[in-house]
Amino acid sequence: MPPELIADILWKVLFAVIFVVVIMTFAAYSVLAERKVASWIQGRVGPNRTALPGLSAIPVIGPHLVKMGIWQPLADGVKFLFKEDPIPGHVNKLYYCLAPAIALIPALTTMVVLPVGQYTVDGIAHPIVLANIDIGILFILAVSSLGVYGIVIGGWAANSKYPYFGGIRSSAQMISYELAMGMSILPVFMWANGTEPGLGGLSLFNVVTSQQAMWLGVWMPVPAFIFLTALFAETNRLPFDMPESETELVGGFHTEYGSFKFGLFFVGEYAHMVIGSAVFTILFLGGWNFLPDFGIDGLEWLSDPWSRMGWFGSVLSVLYFIAKTMFFVFFFMWVRWTLPRFRYDQVMNLGWKYLVPAALACIFIYALIIGLIDIAFAVEETPAIVQ
Amino acid sequence: MPDFLFYLFSALTVLSAFLVTVSRNAVNGAMYMIVSFVGMAALFVLLEAYFLAALQVLVYAGAVMVLFLFIIMLLDAGKGRTVRPDRLTTAAACIGGLLLISGLIYITFDSGAAPSTPLPVITELPENATATNIPFTTSSRSFGYGLFTKYMLPFQVTGFLLLIAMIGVIVLSKRIDSSGDEPAKPRIAKS
Amino acid sequence: MAVKVVDRSPLNLWEKTYLPQVLGGLKITLDQMLKPKITLQYPEERPVIPNHYRGVPTLVRDPNGREKCVSCQLCEFVCPPKAIRITPGEISEDDEAAHVEKRPKDFEINMLRCIYCGMCQEVCPEEAIFLQDTYSVSGYSREELVYHKAKLYELGGTLPDQHYKWDRKKEAAEKAAAGGHH
Repeated sequence: MPPELIADILWKVLFAVIFVVVIMTFAAYSVLAERKVASWIQGRVGPNRTALPGLSAIPVIGPHLVKMGIWQPLADGVKFLFKEDPIPGHVNKLYYCLAPAIALIPALTTMVVLPVGQYTVDGIAHPIVLANIDIGILFILAVSSLGVYGIVIGGWAANSKYPYFGGIRSSAQMISYELAMGMSILPVFMWANGTEPGLGGLSLFNVVTSQQAMWLGVWMPVPAFIFLTALFAETNRLPFDMPESETELVGGFHTEYGSFKFGLFFVGEYAHMVIGSAVFTILFLGGWNFLPDFGIDGLEWLSDPWSRMGWFGSVLSVLYFIAKTMFFVFFFMWVRWTLPRFRYDQVMNLGWKYLVPAALACIFIYALIIGLIDIAFAVEETPAIVQ
Repeated sequence: MPDFLFYLFSALTVLSAFLVTVSRNAVNGAMYMIVSFVGMAALFVLLEAYFLAALQVLVYAGAVMVLFLFIIMLLDAGKGRTVRPDRLTTAAACIGGLLLISGLIYITFDSGAAPSTPLPVITELPENATATNIPFTTSSRSFGYGLFTKYMLPFQVTGFLLLIAMIGVIVLSKRIDSSGDEPAKPRIAKS
Repeated sequence: MAVKVVDRSPLNLWEKTYLPQVLGGLKITLDQMLKPKITLQYPEERPVIPNHYRGVPTLVRDPNGREKCVSCQLCEFVCPPKAIRITPGEISEDDEAAHVEKRPKDFEINMLRCIYCGMCQEVCPEEAIFLQDTYSVSGYSREELVYHKAKLYELGGTLPDQHYKWDRKKEAAEKAAAGGHH
C-alpha cells in the first residue's frame, strides 16, 4: 500500500477513536446527568460524595467537582468492570455474551455520518464529520435499527420469562415506531431538497444548511413531535420503556445480566439517546446554526457566525451543536421523570392509530405546500431534469 | 483490496445463507439470515450503491427480520420439529434448484448477456437527463427519478401486489378468529 | 358541607392530544427542579431535634455534680423490653453524698433492646433518667451497645433543675437534730 493511503487510514482511525471516546464520555456522563436530574426533580441533590484522592484536594475547584458528582461515572465504571460476572447456567452462552455488544455497536456506528459542526475553506462550508455520505439519515436509521437485536437476542438468550417478554415487546415496539419515525422525516428532506437548488440527496449537512432561514422544528412542529415521540420509543426511554419496565418485568431484557454486560446495555441506551438527540437537533433544531435569520439579507451572520471566525468558529460551532444536543438529552430525562409509563396496548395504539396516520398526513400536506412554493417562487432555480 | 473485500463478504453471505437452511433452531436461522442480509448490503457498498445498501439494512435486516424474530418468539417456535418433506416436494425442489443454477451459469458465462467492461461511475445526475433517458447513478436522486418515471408501472404493481397479500392475510386471520367457539389460536405446529 | 363540583365536560380536541397534560406535568417537574433542595447532608449537617424527642435514655447529674439516680430500680421493673439492669450499691459513710439513700453500682441499658418508649423517664421519682436527643447509636458488637453507667452519664450531662431534694432533707434532719423542739 502507498504510504499516503496508510497515513490517510491512520488519520481516519484517529478521528474515529476521538469520536468514540467523546460519545462514550457523553454517554457515561449522561448517566450522571440522569441521576442528577432525577434528584433535582425529586427535591434531592444527587451523587455528591465520590472523590478522587488527588484531584479532590485542589482548593476551591476540587470540592465543587465532588459536589457535582464528576467522579461518580468513574467509580461506576470501575465497579462494573471489577464485579464478578456470573453467567447463569440456563442461558444460551453465545447469544448471551453477544447481545450487549450488539446493543452498543450500532449506537456507536451511527456517529460515523453525524456532522457535528462546520469549517470553511475558501468561503465554502464543509461539515466536520467522519464520512460525509449522500444518504446520512438513511444510514443512521438503518444502523440504529440493528440495535434492537441486542435487546431481542439478550431477552431470548436469557431463557427466562421476563427477559423473554421484554424481547418480544421490544421487537414489536421497534417495528411500530420505526415506520412513524421514517415517515416523519420525509417532510424535512422534501424541504431541504425542494426549494433550494443544490445537491439534493439525504445528507444531514444539507439539512442543516437549509435551516439557516428558519429552524424546521418551528414550522414543522407536527413532524418534529412525531419524530421525537418515535425517538423516545426507539431509545426505550420512559414513557416507552416497555422492554425494561421494572415494575412489571423485573428488569425486562436485562434481568439476567449483571456486571459489565449490564453496563454495556446501560451505556448503549445512553449512547442511543445522545445520538438520537444529535439527530433531532440536526433535523429540526437547526444543527449548529446560531439563530434563525428569517431569510433576511444582511442577517446571515445571525445564523452562521462561525464561518467568519476561522478555526475558532469551527470549534464554537461544534460546542454550540453539543450544547443543543445536551439540552435534548436533558429533555429526555425531564420527560422521563414527568410522565408515567404507558400501558403496552396504549403504546401500540399511539404508534399505529395516531403517529403513523399523522405522519402520512404530514407528508401530503408538506408535499402540497412545498410544491406550491416551488411553483410560486423557485421554478427557474431548480435544475430542469424533467422536461 | 476491493477484490479481497468482495470475496470476504460474498463468502459471508453465501455461508450464512447456507446456514439458514440447515440450522434447526429458528432463532439461529434468523440470526444467520440477518448476517446474510448485512453481507449483501456490504456487497452493495462495494458496488458503490450506498442507497441500496442502506435500504437493504433498513428494510430487510432492520425491519423484516425484527418481525420474523417477533413471530418466532411470540409463537415460541424456537425448537422446530424436523419435518420430512414428501417425495413430490423433494423432487420439485431439486428440479427447481437445478434450473436456477443452470440459468445462473448460463448468464454468467454467456458473453452477450452481461457487459464485460465496467460501467463508468456517475455520482451526479447530468443536466441533460430526461424522464426517458435516465442514466444509472449512485445518488439516491436517480433512484427516485427512476422509480417515479420509467419504472412507475412496475413500482405501482408491486405495491398493489403487497396490498393484496396484506388484505389476504387479514381475511385469513379473521376467518380463524370467528370460525370456532374457542378464542383464536394460531394454527402453527408447536413443539 | 361545602360541595365542590368537578368539571367533567368532555375533552376538546386539544385536550385529547394529551399534550396539555404533558406540558403541565413538565412545568411542574421543572418548578420542582428549580426549587431549593431540602436534602440534609447528614453526617455534616444534623437535623434540628424537637423538644420532648425520645432518643437514647441517659442518666443525669444535678448542678452540684451528684448523680441523681438512687437505684430504686423502678425503671428496671417498668421497662417493657427489659433493657435496663441496675446493680444497686451502698454509699459509704465518709462519702460526700452519704446523706443520699443509695447509688447504682452499675447501670446498664441495652440499646439493642430499648424501644425508646420513655416509661423509665416517666416513672423515675428522682428525675434521674431522661430520653435525650441522641438518635444515632452504632457499634461493632453487641457488648459495645450495652451502655454502662459512665457512658450514660457522659451522654446525659447535668440537669439544671435546682431541687437539691436530698440536701434539703439533710438540712431539715440536721436542723431537727440541733434545734430539737421550738
